[in-house]
Amino acid sequence: MLCTEAEVGPFEKAAAMRHRTQVLTLVVLSLALLAGCNANDGGPEPAATASDTGGSLKGDFGPPQGPDVKAVLTSPPMVPPATGRKAPARVIVELNVVEKDMPISEGVTYTFWTFGGTVPGNFIRVRQGDTVVFHLRNMPDSKMPHNIDLHGVTGPGGGAASSFTAPGHVSRFTFKALNAGLFVYHCATAPVGMHIANGMYGLILVEPPEGLPPVDKEYYVMQGDFYTAGKYREKGHQAFDMQKGIDENPTYVLFNGSEGALTGDKALTAKVGETVRLFVGNGGPNLVSSFHVIGEIFDKVWFEGGSRFQENVQTTLIPSGGAAIMEFHLEVPGSYVIVDHSIFRAFNKGALAILKAEGAENLAIYSGKEVDAMYIGDRAQPNLAAVAVAATAAKSGVLTIDDQIKAGQALFTGTCSTCHQPNGEGMAGVFPPLAKSDLIAANPKRIADILLHGLAGPVTVNGKDYNSVMPPMSQLTDDEVANIGTYVLNSWDNPGGRISKAEVAQRRASAPAPATGSEH
Amino acid sequence: MRRFIACWLLTVPLTGFTAGAADYVKLPGGRFHTALKYEDIKENMRVAPFALMRKPVTNAEFLAFVRSHPQWRRDRVASVFAEPRYVSHWAGPVTLGPAALPQQPVVQVSWFAARAYCEAQGARLPTWVEWEYAAAADEMRRDARSDLLWRERILHWYSQPSNRPLQRAGLQTPNVYGVQDLHGLVWEWTEDFSSLLVDPDNRNQGDADKAKFCGAGALSMNDRDHYAVLMRVAMLSSLDAEDTTANLGFRCAKEPK
Repeated sequence: MLCTEAEVGPFEKAAAMRHRTQVLTLVVLSLALLAGCNANDGGPEPAATASDTGGSLKGDFGPPQGPDVKAVLTSPPMVPPATGRKAPARVIVELNVVEKDMPISEGVTYTFWTFGGTVPGNFIRVRQGDTVVFHLRNMPDSKMPHNIDLHGVTGPGGGAASSFTAPGHVSRFTFKALNAGLFVYHCATAPVGMHIANGMYGLILVEPPEGLPPVDKEYYVMQGDFYTAGKYREKGHQAFDMQKGIDENPTYVLFNGSEGALTGDKALTAKVGETVRLFVGNGGPNLVSSFHVIGEIFDKVWFEGGSRFQENVQTTLIPSGGAAIMEFHLEVPGSYVIVDHSIFRAFNKGALAILKAEGAENLAIYSGKEVDAMYIGDRAQPNLAAVAVAATAAKSGVLTIDDQIKAGQALFTGTCSTCHQPNGEGMAGVFPPLAKSDLIAANPKRIADILLHGLAGPVTVNGKDYNSVMPPMSQLTDDEVANIGTYVLNSWDNPGGRISKAEVAQRRASAPAPATGSEH
Repeated sequence: MRRFIACWLLTVPLTGFTAGAADYVKLPGGRFHTALKYEDIKENMRVAPFALMRKPVTNAEFLAFVRSHPQWRRDRVASVFAEPRYVSHWAGPVTLGPAALPQQPVVQVSWFAARAYCEAQGARLPTWVEWEYAAAADEMRRDARSDLLWRERILHWYSQPSNRPLQRAGLQTPNVYGVQDLHGLVWEWTEDFSSLLVDPDNRNQGDADKAKFCGAGALSMNDRDHYAVLMRVAMLSSLDAEDTTANLGFRCAKEPK
């Protein structure tokens, strides 16, 4: 086993040469490492200093010792205390399967299937080498049989076949936890996707023999995707939608099973100066999580829930059916928003949680807003040149067709293009095209009539039927109607030509189309 | 409903040309589902009947106000009420010039100035909910918000660059109430813009500073499909009352007669 100063990385070494205080730190760190080595002489090796923990091959520390231990199970976001044991034990786990209606969002309920009555299910904490006697109890009022596949189990199915339990039954199986790590457990009864989509997952932590370093706060968060028949936030009771599940198109993406599970009064809390450890799992069933805390950097991430940590991480990927442990020290008070950084999920599907840190401000680290000053860019001021020119020209009686087209184009953009589109193509089935329109070609002057009096009821344009209502554009002046009409006539392969202000005035005074009835 | 539309079609040609600052239309109010999340309101809120200007206030109208209320001239206004860019696109303190056509909506106006204008008309700025209620309508329906096509039309404006000149106020088709230009022309001040998103009682929410970071918008919106609304709120909440921008104007509201 290597347990020397060589374990300290090159960055620390370089820094130590520059700063006495850090040299001191280095010495202390080295001593701590050495102390760790001595304490573990002859025993299991601490993961942080070993090149290889040995995995399951070195995970059996012999038969359980001492009296049986009943596992402490917690509901999210709480985590059971460290086992604190130095020797393998026989640990009894009793997990209940409960099918129940719970809110998935405000005013929206969903029939969840759960381990322990919550989503995610109870957190289980054991030590590497423990013998776990697992009791799975399916409530008598359950509709479904259920089972459990723990990713921390060595053996085919991870316990699934051994724990298949009918409603009103209890199953028992036993496994030895040979690998340390943070593992997902989930129901594996057919259809598996549906059982997981209904919330049947949780985490089991198998501590390394030396335990995890102490921190101030530990929390349990698990992401899952949900598929309801109704739309996001559609009120009432929502049924599971299998097709959305198959399409991997979730209605909700949530932390801890409901929108608001970790916000407002239920936000996670910590104090400035504390170190927070998150045990984060992803139940899926489909999506991979880009787990991120806005405004914090993970000091450490035990990626994939394994034995190594990466440092200084912004966002960590958590696969469906995977987990990660992250730690960060809080320097600045405030609300830290926890998101899946596939960010539409956070804004439009619910993947949001809050960690609220209380304590004194530290302006040297984060100032808050210091300046909001006026900024003047150098972009030119826009102007209504074309329209202004056309108006002036019309007054002096020298309006050219080009003036009209230019002015019409600006006006078209401001009023017509939202429906008929900037390219005049319209929108299939709703807004008829103006481009290469046979309706316009048949009677170009009709444009003025349609603009002034609207068009309601069935029309056929370029062989396609439309039946909607265009309101009269009576807010437009005669000039504007003439210019828009002329622009349309001279665009997109329409026949060309010109509509004059006088013509518009005359059409305005005449009876409108029958669809709108007679005008006053 | 058909009958209603037909009646409306008849009335528009009569009212469409009645110009002037006092050009208000009555809105009936009623139960309304806002896209914003209010702590004290669970489902629908009740909007009292009110009157709203058909069009945003224009340069010509605002010029008349400045002439009669010279304390709001840009060279005389108190700097706490309007930043230096206040009607800076006008040629002079009481001259519009080529960059500010009379019929264009007035922009580069501070909230204080907008409020003073409305007060001078015996009116006020609309509340956010009044504005949202009026803007939920399209040409045919009082609440078109669930129509994906209509949403597309609104978003169309956001996708246009803002270096194009503003159209004149009143160019667009009136909505079912007879109100024009709520979308597609300028942002508009509301009376309560400064309280949007910010909960004065942090015991309720636990996220007192939720307005200040990017994840926050999602916590404060009931209906996140309404991007058009979200963008309006984000825009307004970024401003202080003395600020002005090149795309921000206003219209007034008042109690119905």
